[in-house]
This record gives sequence, structure tokens and C-alpha cells, in this order.
Amino acid sequence: MIDSTGQLSTLSTVLSSLLLMVGLFFFIAGSIGMLRFPDSFSRLHAVTKADSLGLGSIVAGLMFYGELWQNLLLLLIWLLVLASGSVSCQLLARFAKARQDKT
Amino acid sequence: MSLLLFDAILCLLLLVLALASMLSRQLAHAVILYIAFGLMMALAWARLAAPDLALAEAAIGAGLTGALCFSALARQQLHHPAVLSWPKRLWPAVFVLLMLGGVLAALLQLPPTASPLVVMTQAELGNSGVSHPVTAVLLNFRSWDTLLELVVLLLALLGALQVAPAAKPTTSWPLSLSWSRLLAPMVILLAGYLLWAGASQPGGAFQAGALLAAGAVVLRLNHQLNWLGWSNFWIRLLIVSGVLVFVLAALLAVLLTPDNADVIWLRWPPQLAGSFILLVELFATLAIALTLTLLVVGEPAAAEPTQQKSGGEDA
Repeated sequence: MIDSTGQLSTLSTVLSSLLLMVGLFFFIAGSIGMLRFPDSFSRLHAVTKADSLGLGSIVAGLMFYGELWQNLLLLLIWLLVLASGSVSCQLLARFAKARQDKT
Repeated sequence: MSLLLFDAILCLLLLVLALASMLSRQLAHAVILYIAFGLMMALAWARLAAPDLALAEAAIGAGLTGALCFSALARQQLHHPAVLSWPKRLWPAVFVLLMLGGVLAALLQLPPTASPLVVMTQAELGNSGVSHPVTAVLLNFRSWDTLLELVVLLLALLGALQVAPAAKPTTSWPLSLSWSRLLAPMVILLAGYLLWAGASQPGGAFQAGALLAAGAVVLRLNHQLNWLGWSNFWIRLLIVSGVLVFVLAALLAVLLTPDNADVIWLRWPPQLAGSFILLVELFATLAIALTLTLLVVGEPAAAEPTQQKSGGEDA
């Protein structure tokens, strides 16, 4: 993606910035959701889903700047965060559900 | 400019998180805030161009200390609710202020010029057996300190085992079980990489050991690795081996010293230094991993205190 002068082409810059912005938007939306939503389940829903998508978008935006190898590592990081986010969301939700059933 | 903004926000966040953690009414909140503080602290170390410390802070400061606090909390909540009154919350603040005063006084006494140690380390790096200056200092020039650190860790475990109450039986969900099984090979791979990379870049025994311990703790909490406990002879041997192999390596190094050279305790022979460091670090990693795991998951002290004592004296 980087031409001989080491500069990103205009199209790449625009695309990358757009993806980064979208990622930021989802992060902010997820954080606001976590602060504003009434119960554990909707808060978990907001923060894990929005953050997974936001991180994916940010990773995609950063890929315009990296080499192939760095991009693969970035992708791997995203996949790991995606998986661990989903698993911990499930676990927390089950914990909340178990506590809700008890009371 | 943007980096300055980032640093300012980071400093502010650190202060806010530290204060919030100390002054929060519920211990559970305090622990969560403390973990967040540890992660921000790791970022701060990374910004200060100290990636070794950042790795250690993220793994030990945020990860394992947080897990330790949580396991302590889980045991303590049986007796009384973990809500603190004002004076109880202010006592740590007084202690921290005193410590802060001491640190600031020490900071003022630092000479304004750059320390000559950096130049000395760089000059001796060729003889150290590794190419990463931090590892060279930790495991060659100042290996005495590292050996004593391992002893401290061992003593901490021995002390904790004496007071650790029986762990509460916990349930584990199939999901967390399969997830921890999926993570285990990745953790082992990463820990091996960190250990190996320590020779030439940030990494090393403590970081690798903490990572291994994190994986083992998750598996232990899911009722896996049931052989991993103090009652297992090989586990005890491995825990002591961190110090034992270090001392044996030092003795071997003394034996290998040529006749015409002075005998210096814990000085590796330059040609073999790399192998010595790798050997010491390998066993240190295993010992650190097992020690930290047992510190977190704990275990009722088996009814054989004499045996535990002899384990300590072997060191």
C-alpha cells in the first residue's frame, strides 16, 4: 500500500482514516452504553460487541501502514481479543444470570 | 504535541485510578481499579522506553496481583462484607504519602549527570553471553540480586502456605473450561518465546514465568491440572529448583574458573555464559510459574509441616 516515496496514496489515507474513525465511534458508543445502560446484560452487550467491531475497524485502518507480517500479527491480536471478549462476555452474563435467579 | 497530550492524559488517568482504588468503598471495586491502574502503569513504562518493565508490570502487577487480590477477597467475604469505613480507607493513604515522601527525597539526591553504569554495561556486554543489556545485568552482572529475588519468592510461598485456608470449591462452566484449554498451548508457546527472546530483546524468566502462571491459574480454577499442588513431590522439587539450579550453576562456574583467574562468586565463564544464563533462566521460569500459581490458587497446607520446612532449607 505504501509507494516508493514512503507515502500513503490519497485513497489509502482516506480509507484508513475512515476506518479508524468508524472504530473510534464504536468504542465511544460501547463505552457510553456501558455507562448508561440499566442492567448487566445490556451493558455487556454494548461493551463487548461494539468494542470487538471497533477494534476490528481500527486494526483494518492500521493495516494500511504495516508490512504483511505486522498485518498478520495485528489480525491475530484482533482474533484473540474477539474470542476472549466473547468468552468473557458469556461467562459474566452467565454469572449475572445465576445471581439473578438466586434472588 | 499529540504524544505530549497522550502522556498528560496517561499521568492524569494514573493518578485518578490510584486515588479511586484507594478510596473506593468496596474492596472488589478497589481491586478492579487497581488492575486498570496496573495496565495504565504498563503503558507508562512502555512510554518511558522500558519495555521489560512494561511486560513485567502487565503480567505481574496487573494480572497476577489482581488475581491474588481476588482470591483473597473470595476467601475473606465469607466472614464479613467487604465495605470499608472512612478511617480504614485513609490509613493506606497515610502510608502511601510517607512512602512517596521517601521516594521524592531519594529522587532529589540523584546526581543530575547520567549514570556511568550504562556505559560500563555496554562495554561489558560482549562478555555477558547475551545481547540484551537488561538480561545481562539481571543474570550476569547482578545475578546475586536475582538469586535473592528467587529466594524471596520461595519464602513468600512458604509463608503463604502456612496461612492459606482451604480453597472454596468453585464450579466451572464448560465454556471457560474449553476456552482455557484452547489458551493453554498458546500460553506455553508465548512463554517459551519470551524466555528465549530475553537473550536479545525484552523478555526473560519473570515475564515468561508470570505468563505460564496465568495460564496455569486459569486451568486450575477450572479444576484441571489437579496434580499441580504442593503435595506433589515433583512440583516441590521444581519450585525449589529455581534457586537450586542457580546455586549449582554458580558452583559449576567456580569449578570451571581457570587456575590463574580470581574466583568470583556468581561470575559465569564468558564463553559459556549464554548456556549458563539459559539454564538458570529455564528453571527460574518454571519455579516462578509454579510459585505464582500456588500463591494464587492456594491450597490447604498439607498435614506435613516438617516436610515443607526441609524444602525451604534445601534452598
